[in-house]
Formats: sequence, structure tokens, C-alpha cells
Amino acid sequence: MGAYAYARPTSVEEAVSVLASAAEAGQRTQMLAGGTDVLVQMRSVDRDPRTLVDVKHIAETNRVEIGSDEVFVGAAVPSGVLNENEELKAIFPGLIESADLIGSTQIQGRASIGGNLCNSSPAGDTIPAIIAAGGVCVIAGPSGTREVACEDFLTGVGTNVLGDTEFLLGMRFPRPPARSGDAYLRFIPRTEMDIAVAGAGVALHLDADGNCVHARVAIGAVAPTALLVPAAGEALVGTQVDDAALAAAGAACSAAASPITDKRGTVEYRIKVVGVLCRRAGAIARDRALGN
Amino acid sequence: MAKVHVTTSVNGEEREVLCEPHQSLLDVLRDELGMTGTKEGCATGDCGACSVLIDGRLVCSCLMLGVEAEGVDITTIEGIANGSELHVLQRKFLEHAALQCGICTPGFIVAAKALLDTNPDPDETTIRYWLAGNLCRCTGYDKIVRAVQDAAQELAYEA
Repeated sequence: MGAYAYARPTSVEEAVSVLASAAEAGQRTQMLAGGTDVLVQMRSVDRDPRTLVDVKHIAETNRVEIGSDEVFVGAAVPSGVLNENEELKAIFPGLIESADLIGSTQIQGRASIGGNLCNSSPAGDTIPAIIAAGGVCVIAGPSGTREVACEDFLTGVGTNVLGDTEFLLGMRFPRPPARSGDAYLRFIPRTEMDIAVAGAGVALHLDADGNCVHARVAIGAVAPTALLVPAAGEALVGTQVDDAALAAAGAACSAAASPITDKRGTVEYRIKVVGVLCRRAGAIARDRALGN
Repeated sequence: MAKVHVTTSVNGEEREVLCEPHQSLLDVLRDELGMTGTKEGCATGDCGACSVLIDGRLVCSCLMLGVEAEGVDITTIEGIANGSELHVLQRKFLEHAALQCGICTPGFIVAAKALLDTNPDPDETTIRYWLAGNLCRCTGYDKIVRAVQDAAQELAYEA
């Protein structure tokens, strides 16, 4: 085995320069946030030596900022810290619940939603919730930062748009107006700590009469990447998010799913369940928007 | 292979150690610092036997690198008792026979302490969810939960 190395940059510029010099020398790098996926992978499926670039000592990746128009969540903030942020929980209950579904107390002390996104597993629980909430990835690289909508960030199983000299700083979310709600539900065979068979995230806004004026629906574990399902959002907009609208949104999710059969579930089962999860998550998001 | 010099605090004592860049904090604690109270169960973050506190937050030391411990405060099972006087959690685990083989016990004690430090009066459901990341194949958990409840009650009397 060759040599592992560890870098601990304290600024975005320093991190990019570590990545750039390694890329120039043909050396492999991997960003390290909570490490709850990275450390497991480097002891099992992927032992090749690399430089681990710790992103936890950069101000931007640790920032949680709740502004009047926008919310920023740094890529390295542990989900346990997010879960203790009552203001953030009130704004995005579904997003925070999705983070709270991943792993034990111990895991949540380290794992971040930015890491969940960069690990780019089809079953990453926070990803549909981030997409539904309108998350935009802020990516640092040699020529400054660029932004990519979360649904366009993922390119396949375990892959994303990040180049060799880029890393995720965090995610920007538009701050939802009054009468908004989000929710994420997944199905697992047990009650705790398992990998999603299917998942669905819904974020919506209602007007004063309870009519849906904006909705985003995303699904997970039923395709190579988490997917935004525009047809499901459109099925909710202009309705009171009643049973018929939810059924149409669920059907759109089932239609958008292209799952595989594996030990967690069959193609047929996942297609059915993702529709059910969309309906139920939609109802929760609606009730949250109504303040129920 | 270049080792990395790390300065960290373990149970309030400053320690310096040379780590391989890929060495877990668990291996550094056990193999470099000789602190074998922290146990390895699964080494994949599933079982919680290696639980330690990092700046007061509960983590699996198998899922953290030793080099990441630079400048942090680590609390291990060795730092729970006050000298030869057992912590109330340790005493209650003994009284309730909340252990058999003992491999999971240090992790349970550290995790339970982290809970009681932030929530001195947890209900049973809270205790069970908080400890869901600690696996025990001997006790069936019930005695562990009772021990934590009893410890919380005694700490409340003392307060």
C-alpha cells in the first residue's frame, strides 16, 4: 500500500491549492468532512492511497446562516449540530428530519448533509429533502465559486459534478415564505438506522386560501441518483393538496422511478412505495404549511 | 510514510502522539497511547463500542482519524470515574447487572454520560433512542436502560 497523507487547510484558497498541486502531481485527493462514509470506504471497498483534505477547519464550511431571504448550511456542519438549531428546524423541518434519520447519535456527531450529498449514494436520505427545499450547491474551485442546483449536482451512483480541484462549500436555500412546509419520508424494513428502500421529499407553499402556489417533489433510492420530479410538483400546484392531488403527485413519482431489484426491495415494490411516500410526505408538508 | 505529530487532550491531560495519516482515533488511543478501555467492535460505526466524547459530543472513535484529534478535548471511559471512585453510571451498571461480556459497556457508559450531561431527566424512549447506536448482544438492553434511569434519578437527588 502506498502512503496516505492528511491536509488540514484553514481557508478556501489553501484547500483549492492543496487540490490543485495534488492534481498536477497526479495524486489522488478526497475531501473529508465527518468521515462516516470515507473512513468505512477506505478500509473496505476503496483502499487506494490518497491525500485526505479535511474541510472542517474552514470558516465557510462551518457556517450556518439564516438570513431574511436565504439560508446557508456549510458542507461540514454535523447533522447533530443542525438538529440542535431550533430556528433552522422550524424553517426546514423535513430537511432536518432527513438528516436525523441517518445513523446513530454517534454518527450524527460527525456526519454532515454536505457529505451525504458528495457521497452521492442513490439512497442518501438528505438528498431528496435538499432538492425539494430548492438547495443550490456552492462549489469552490481555482477560478472562484460556482453554483449548481442540487438536482443537477448528481451524475450517477457515487458520482457528481465536482472536478478534481473543486469542493463543496455548502448549500444555499431560498428561505420559504409564510405558509410553507417540507417533509421527507423513507421506507426501511426496521424502525431505525437502515438504508432507504425508497424515499420522497416534498416542499410546498400555500396561499392564504390554502391553495398550493409552489411545490417541489424529489425521490430517492429508486434511480441511479435522487431525482427532482417536476410532474409531481405540478400536480400539487393550484390544488388544496387534497387526496386527489396527492394521488396524482404520487403517480408522477412512481412514473419517474427507475429502480433496481436488490435485497432491499424489488422494482415493482419500490415503484409502488415511492408513490405512497410522496402522498404521505405531501400531506405532512401541507399540514405544516397550514400550521397544523 | 510520514507520521503526523498531534497534540490533543485526553481526559484533561495534554498528550502528544505520532499518527499515521490513515490511523483511526480508536487505534491511536489503544495502540499508541495504551488506553485500551475504548473497545473495537465493528470498526464501521455501527456498534458504538468505541464511543468517546470529542469536545463533549458523542462520536465513534473508529470513524475519526487520529490526526483529526489535533487540538480537541477527548473524553474516554478512563476519564469517567473520579480516581478510584466510580461514576454513578458505572455503579448502577454493576448494581443492575447491566453487562455480561463487557465489550459494549465502555461505549454504553460514555454514551449514557453524554445523554445525562445534556438531558438530566430523559424518559425511557429518549434513553432507548439515544443508545440505539450502541449494540449489546448479551443483556437484551433492558438492564442497561434501567441502570441509566436509576443513575439519572440518583444524580437528580444529588443536584
